[in-house]
Amino acid sequence: MRPRVYWPVSLAAAALVALLTYGVASTGEDRSIDSKLAAGDRVEAPVRDLPVLGSDATGSLADHAGKVVVLNVWASWCEPCKTEMPLLQKTHERIQDRGGLVLGIDMQDSTERALAFLEEEGIEFESLRDVDREYVREFGVNQYPETFVIDREGRITALKRGPIDQAWLDEHLEPVLEEGA
Amino acid sequence: MRYLLALLLLVGLTAAAEPQVTLPDIEDEVMCVECRTALNVSSAPVADQERAFIRDRIAEGMTKDEIKAALVSEYGPDVLAEPGDDGFDLAAWLVPGALVALAAGGVILLAGRWRRAPGGASAQGPELDPADAQRLDAELSAFDR
Repeated sequence: MRPRVYWPVSLAAAALVALLTYGVASTGEDRSIDSKLAAGDRVEAPVRDLPVLGSDATGSLADHAGKVVVLNVWASWCEPCKTEMPLLQKTHERIQDRGGLVLGIDMQDSTERALAFLEEEGIEFESLRDVDREYVREFGVNQYPETFVIDREGRITALKRGPIDQAWLDEHLEPVLEEGA
Repeated sequence: MRYLLALLLLVGLTAAAEPQVTLPDIEDEVMCVECRTALNVSSAPVADQERAFIRDRIAEGMTKDEIKAALVSEYGPDVLAEPGDDGFDLAAWLVPGALVALAAGGVILLAGRWRRAPGGASAQGPELDPADAQRLDAELSAFDR
């Protein structure tokens, strides 16, 4: 008689544990790109159409096929993002004639404030809006700012989870710009 | 004309009586999207930006629902404290209900079983071994003497 009483309870407990496991796994950090890069592999960059900040148009990484892209994830309320913006703008200007560009991804931000922020900082490179973070989650983004170098074939070659500096760009961007230039 | 004026006055009074939404009305139903805490207890920079966004929408005369919809369009559905009704968020609604139903089912099942066992199993107890029963009878009859 006992097993008949307890099997629904056991089933419910197992379902709860499965639900918890799924919940933790789906919201946890995804570091698969980091480990592949650490192993020396390049990783296909996720591609998705997103709204262009300050425009009704949409854009994606696919629009820049054949170019080296420095993908920078930022938000106007993020102080370290503000600090590295001038370096990113300078880099955008410097690499354009070598087949490169900087592309921003503004996430979870007020459009109004984001546009004001870009104007204050004198930023001219394009930014896409990832309102719910769904796109950048595919890159394993969980902090601000984060930067990815993407080669001419659309593969991630390097990433920085935190602010970048010139030394990081020299080390990770320059060799990719040299390829197929 | 008098009726028209009275009607206009009534409409005006009704509109004036409608309570205007305030920041604290919304703050406890909205999350800080970066720190994942309720907005009213967060002091993160993004929380300050969210509060400024809400104040601006209040100043524009938006209702609470309109402000919440505007927040979702700028910060995504995670900005709302209430879980969504699709995908994994659905579990937040279904699991508590399923647990209550399961607990109620368990109580009903146990209550039915207790009712079907008059006197309870412990009152009757297990049957005695014949040797023990014989010894018990002998000892009881010793008391009768």
